[in-house]
Amino acid sequence: MPELKVLVVDDEPGIRSGVSRILNNFRVAYPFMDEDFTFVVSEAATGEDGIAMIDGDRPDIVLLDNKLPGIQGTEVLEYIRNKSYDVVVAMITSYASLDVALKAHKYGATDFVPKPFTPQELKSSIENITKQLYLKRITHKMNEEGRKVRYQFLSVLSHELKAPLNAVEGYLQMMQERQSGDRIEDYATPIERSLQRIQWMRSLIMDLLDFTKIRLERKEEKIEKVYLKNIASNAIVTVRPYAIQMEVAINLGLKSDAVMMADPTDMEIIFNNLVSNAVKYNKRGGKVDIVIDEDEEDVILLFADTGIGINEKDKADLFSDFVRIKNEKTRNIGGSGLGLSIVKQVVDLYHGSITVDSVPDAGTTFRVRLPKKFN
Amino acid sequence: MKKSDFTILVADDDPDYLFQTVNNLGRAGYKTVAVESQAEAESVILKMKPSLAIFDLMMENDDSGFILCYKIKKKYPDVPVILATAVAHETGISFSLDSEAEKSWIRADRYLEKGIRPEQLDMEIMKLLKI
Repeated sequence: MPELKVLVVDDEPGIRSGVSRILNNFRVAYPFMDEDFTFVVSEAATGEDGIAMIDGDRPDIVLLDNKLPGIQGTEVLEYIRNKSYDVVVAMITSYASLDVALKAHKYGATDFVPKPFTPQELKSSIENITKQLYLKRITHKMNEEGRKVRYQFLSVLSHELKAPLNAVEGYLQMMQERQSGDRIEDYATPIERSLQRIQWMRSLIMDLLDFTKIRLERKEEKIEKVYLKNIASNAIVTVRPYAIQMEVAINLGLKSDAVMMADPTDMEIIFNNLVSNAVKYNKRGGKVDIVIDEDEEDVILLFADTGIGINEKDKADLFSDFVRIKNEKTRNIGGSGLGLSIVKQVVDLYHGSITVDSVPDAGTTFRVRLPKKFN
Repeated sequence: MKKSDFTILVADDDPDYLFQTVNNLGRAGYKTVAVESQAEAESVILKMKPSLAIFDLMMENDDSGFILCYKIKKKYPDVPVILATAVAHETGISFSLDSEAEKSWIRADRYLEKGIRPEQLDMEIMKLLKI
């Protein structure tokens, strides 16, 4: 159970013991918290003692009287602010002059509890302070975690961007030093490979743009009636040259007209990624079946291929950033490792779901459900 | 000993980078064995003792290079190992998380940033092989 440390700084012994008595049996609960907060109170009779205890004990909450025998409450407050301690301060004071109120506000006092106060007044004040403290700390924690995830994303990204540059640079050096001969024909493979790496890098950059778009865009303005049949046809047209090269047949099965409210670009992201994956990870002479269906609530999309499949172990990470399944069968297939992560994010945005069934060497089926109404 | 008396094992899952490294080492005069994965490297280590090994850090596992360092040093403590990575400073975080613990058992002799010039790589190798 989380316990908050409260320090009461007041020269009146009655106030100090009163606060201790009231708060030692008090607990604060909120529906969004798993556990209740309880309080443990310590006391200081002067500002000087208060500062020593703040330095030593690091309380979470300080209840601070302004009129003290030595230094004043506002000076204690100023001290706390200068030290940047993570502590919430409430002033308890019998009369607040404008000057004191302004100073207290300037140094970040959270609350005023007028003296004399009833137990109920103190409790409701503490309840407010606790909630603020909790939210402040949880936000801080979430920001920290967010930063870490972003940092990892960037480090992998820079690896993915540097690898093709290194490869192309190496080939250019070979050519510069005329390592294989003086004729351009002597460098057919390095040129071919460089172009290939550059092309993969370009598709990574395109994926990155999609990725940023999903994260930054305001959706509401772009929602319109989308005919999924058209989106599917466009995706098929886009991937067709590649499919012909791979000798993969693509069939579109329409079990319904499937009209939904969405940003058409999002639906393009889903179809383009899943259709091109179905071709990319297929076998020569294989096929891809795309089925568009619906029930009462949702549009149901199926993307089935007859490709290399995914084993159970690899399925778990499939939708994470930069995850590419590395094995003998995928080594000559280029990709950013962002496609499925992007698809998943779009599906989540629409409160839909995506699942995968796969049998290694037989094929993979992705099933997407999207609510017809956007909310 | 001449450079051609040394066999260097190179493991990297980027086929282009592997090709170029092997090409450069060959031009410098070394014999090479090239493999594209941690698994292949492991089976090579079982069969032969290279004079030196260059491992990419991230192959089929994020720590493939570390694992290979450990395995080769266990079997042949005297074989120098170079760990090559394109992510030396970017992954500072993921390195530093366990690096103190890992340093005790990963004993790569050099960490090299990918993309170093062929002559530089050759110099590092000559130092390690004491040529």
